[in-house]
Amino acid sequence: MRINRIQNQTIELVENNESTEIDLSLMDSLITKLKSKHGNLIPLLQGVQSIYGFIPKEAFTKLNTEVGLELSSMYGVATFYSQFRLNPVGKHIIKVCHGTACHVQDASKITTALMDTLKINDGETTEDNMFTLESVACLGCCSLAPVMMIGDETYGKLTNKSSSKVLKNIKIQESKANKK
Amino acid sequence: MKKQIIVGLGSCGIAAGASKVYDKINDIIIAENLDVELKQTSCIGMCYKEPLVEIIDNNGRFLYGDISVDKVMDLMDSHIQNHEPIKELVVDSDMFDGSEKAYFDGQVKIALRNCGYIDPECIEEAEEHKAYKALKMIVAKPITCDEVIQTIIDSGLRGRGGGGFPTGLKWRFARNNMSKQKYIICNADEGDPGAFMDRSLLEGDPHAIIEGMIIGAHAICATSGIIYCRAEYPLAIKRLNIALEQARNRGYLGRDILGVKGFNLDIQVKEGAGAFVCGEETALIASVEGKRGMPRKRPPFPAESGLWKSPTNINNVETLANIPYIILNGADAYNKYGTDKSKGTKVFALTGKIKHGGLVEVPMGISIREVIFGLGGGIQDDKKFKAVQLGGPSGGCIPEHLIDIPIDYESVNSTGAIMGSGGMVVMDESTCMVDMARFFLAFTQDESCGKCTFCRIGTKRMLEILTRITEGKGKEGDIEQLEELSEQIQDASLCGLGQTAPNPVLTTLKYFRHEYEAHINDHKCPAKNCKALLTYEIIPDMCTGCTVCAIKCPTNTITGEKKEVHFIEQEGCIQCGECYSRCNFDAIKIY
Ligand SMILES: Cc1cc2nc3c(=O)[nH]c(=O)nc-3n(C[C@H](O)[C@H](O)[C@H](O)COP(=O)(O)O)c2cc1C
Ligand code: SF4
Ligand code: SF4
Ligand code: SF4
Ligand code: FES
Ligand code: FES
Repeated sequence: MRINRIQNQTIELVENNESTEIDLSLMDSLITKLKSKHGNLIPLLQGVQSIYGFIPKEAFTKLNTEVGLELSSMYGVATFYSQFRLNPVGKHIIKVCHGTACHVQDASKITTALMDTLKINDGETTEDNMFTLESVACLGCCSLAPVMMIGDETYGKLTNKSSSKVLKNIKIQESKANKK
Repeated sequence: MKKQIIVGLGSCGIAAGASKVYDKINDIIIAENLDVELKQTSCIGMCYKEPLVEIIDNNGRFLYGDISVDKVMDLMDSHIQNHEPIKELVVDSDMFDGSEKAYFDGQVKIALRNCGYIDPECIEEAEEHKAYKALKMIVAKPITCDEVIQTIIDSGLRGRGGGGFPTGLKWRFARNNMSKQKYIICNADEGDPGAFMDRSLLEGDPHAIIEGMIIGAHAICATSGIIYCRAEYPLAIKRLNIALEQARNRGYLGRDILGVKGFNLDIQVKEGAGAFVCGEETALIASVEGKRGMPRKRPPFPAESGLWKSPTNINNVETLANIPYIILNGADAYNKYGTDKSKGTKVFALTGKIKHGGLVEVPMGISIREVIFGLGGGIQDDKKFKAVQLGGPSGGCIPEHLIDIPIDYESVNSTGAIMGSGGMVVMDESTCMVDMARFFLAFTQDESCGKCTFCRIGTKRMLEILTRITEGKGKEGDIEQLEELSEQIQDASLCGLGQTAPNPVLTTLKYFRHEYEAHINDHKCPAKNCKALLTYEIIPDMCTGCTVCAIKCPTNTITGEKKEVHFIEQEGCIQCGECYSRCNFDAIKIY
C-alpha cells in the first residue's frame, strides 16, 4: 500500500503543478525557526502542510535551496508517512476511522453513507473543494465507535443519518459565513 | 464551601458532546448569577456514560452520567438551585451507591490514579494530587540512581508498550553506558487501533508522565527527553505542551532541577506523522531523526546506540505513569497486586460489542471473564460472546472457552494472543472471524515498511487469499497456504510488525477453523457478515418503497413501484450487498 501510495502520488503531482499558484513567502518564518535544528525534516514538512493543506512541489524546491535538505530524502519521507499529502485537499477533511473497534461496529457503512451524501469516493475531494473524504486507522475514541473527525472535532456513535447530518450542518454554516 | 461543577473534557467526552454541556452550564451560571465554580477534568474511563458531570457540594461528591445538553437544565435546577440530587442519573457518589458503583469498585487505579480527578491543565491541582512528590522525595533524601532502579526492579513493573520487558532492567542497561549524552523517549505513538489508554493518560494526567520521565532521566543520567506522540491526538499534544511549560516554570525541568547541581533535563514533544511501524523503537528513532521510519537490525540496541547514535531509553506512556507511584509508595505497594511474573495493574481499553465500553485498570491475574462480564457488563444487546481480540493487529483472538484464563503475560501468550498495549476488542456472534483476520492483515500489509520481502509481499499474498475467501472464491489448499506463509513471515521478518503479523490468522485458524471451512467449502458465512456469501430478501412489512435499493442495484434485479413493496429477483442478484447497506428502513433480510 505504501508502494501504491507513491505511484498514485507521482502521477497527480505532475498534474496539479500547473494549475495552482502558491505564495511561497508564507514558509519563511517556519524556515527561520527550524533551519538549524537537528532532525528538522519532518517538522518542516508538517509545517508546510499546515500552511497549504498539502505539500506543493515548489515547497520542496524551496526547502532544498534554503535549508539544504535533499529532494530525495524529503520525497522519501513525504511518501512514507500517511499524514503527508502531495495534492490539494478540500477545506474540511473528513477522517472516518476504520480501526479495529470501528470496523467491528461497521465503519464501512458510515463511509458508504458519506460517499452517497458527498457524491465522491473514499480519498476524493468534492468539486466545490469543500470536503475530502479519508479513512484513518484510529482516533482514540474507540468506545464511541464508529467515529469520525473533521478538523479537530470528533464525532462518535455515528449512524448513516447522524454522519450525513454533521455534513449538512457544516454546509449550512459555510453558506452562512459566505453570505456575511 | 462553594459548589463545584466539573465536566469531563477528554477527546471522547468531547466527541460525546461534553463541550456543549460545559458551555450550556456556563451560560446558566452567568444568566442566573450562580455562586458555583465550573471546572474541567479529563476522562475517568467511563466512556459509555459520557458526557459526565460531577458536582461537589457540602454533602459530598456526585458523579452524573449521560448528561446530554437537554438534561443540563434539569440538573442545574434540581441539584444546584434546590440542593436536590437527581439520584437516577448518579453513577457514583460518596453519599449513596450510584448505578455504576461496581465499575469503580472492581478497579485498582494506579496509572490512572488522577485521570478524571484533576484539571490536567492546572499544575496546582496536580500537585495537590501528589504530582512531583516522588521527584521531590528523590531530591530531598537524596535517593541515588541505583536505588531508584532497584526499586523499579523490585516492583516487578514490565513495559506496558507490548514487549513486557522489565523496566528496571532496561534502565540499568541504559545507566551502565557511560556516555555523556543520553536520551529518554516516551513512546506515545499508540498505534494499536482499538487502544486508547495512552491518549487518555496524556490528556488526563500529563504531569504523571513528565514526572515519570524526569525520574527515569535521573536514574539513567539522561539529559534530553522526547515525547513522540501521534498527530491524531491533538488534545493530548496541546495538554502536554501546557504541562511542560508549567513544569519548566516550577523548576521541575531545565537546568539544575529543584536546585540539584548538574541535574539538567528538558523535554520536547515530537509529533508523529502517521505510521504504525514507528511504534517500534528503532523506527521511532529514525523518525525523530527526520527519516523514513524503518526499523533497523539490532544490535546495536538503542541502549548502546540510539537517537543521534547516543544511548537511548524508550518507555511507553503507561509504564512511565506508574513510576512516580512506585517511587512514592515503595515497590511493595505495586507488586502486592498481580501474579508471580506479572506484577501490578494493567489498563485495558474495552471496545467493540461490549456494554460498558471504556478504560479499566485492574490487577494482573484477574480473568478475562471478570473484565468483560463483570466490569464490562457483558455483550451489547445481550448477544452471544464469541471472542476477544487482545494485542491488536499483533495479537490474536481468545475464544469463549478460554475466557477464564488469568490475564498475565504468560497465560495470554499461551493462547497465541499477546498482551500488547491492552486493547480488548470484544466480538459477538455477528462478527466473522475470517473477515477479522482479513481486516488485520490489510492493516499490517498497509503498514509494513517494506524492508523485508516476507513482510512486504508475504502479507500481501495472505491478504489476497483471505480476501478471496471472504468473497466466496476460496479454494481447497488455501488454509494450508496461509499456514505456510505465516510461518515464513514469522521467520523472515526483521521487526515485531512482521513477526507478529500472522498472529490474527493463526489464532482464528486455531479456534475458528470451521468458519474458514464454511466459507471455502459451503460458501456460507456463519456470522452473516461476508456480503458475497449471503442471500438477500426484502421483508414486505418493512419496505416503504423508497426505491433506493432498486436505483443502487447494479444488475437492476430489484423490481417494484414507488411507494410499493419491492422485490429481489434472486437469479439476477450478484450478492454485492448494495441494497442491504443502502436501505434506511432495515427492510432487507440476509441469510
Ligand atoms: C510494530 C510495533 C509497533 C509498536 N507500537 C508501539 C506503540 O504504539 N506504543 C508503545 O508504547 N510501544 C509500541 N511498540 C513497542 C515498542 O517498540 C517498545 O517496546 C516500547 O515502547 C518500550 O516501552 P516499554 O518497555 O515501556 O513497553 C511497538 C512495537 C512494534 C514492533
Ligand atoms: S518486518 Fe515488516 S515492518 Fe518490520 S522491518 Fe521488515 S518489512 Fe519493515
Ligand atoms: S431501500 Fe429498503 S425500503 Fe427502500 S425500496 Fe428498497 S427495501 Fe424498500
Ligand atoms: S445484493 Fe446487489 S445485486 Fe443483489 S439485489 Fe442487492 S443490490 Fe442487487
Ligand atoms: S478504532 Fe476507531 S477510534 Fe479507535
Ligand atoms: S470518555 Fe474519555 S476515555 Fe472514554
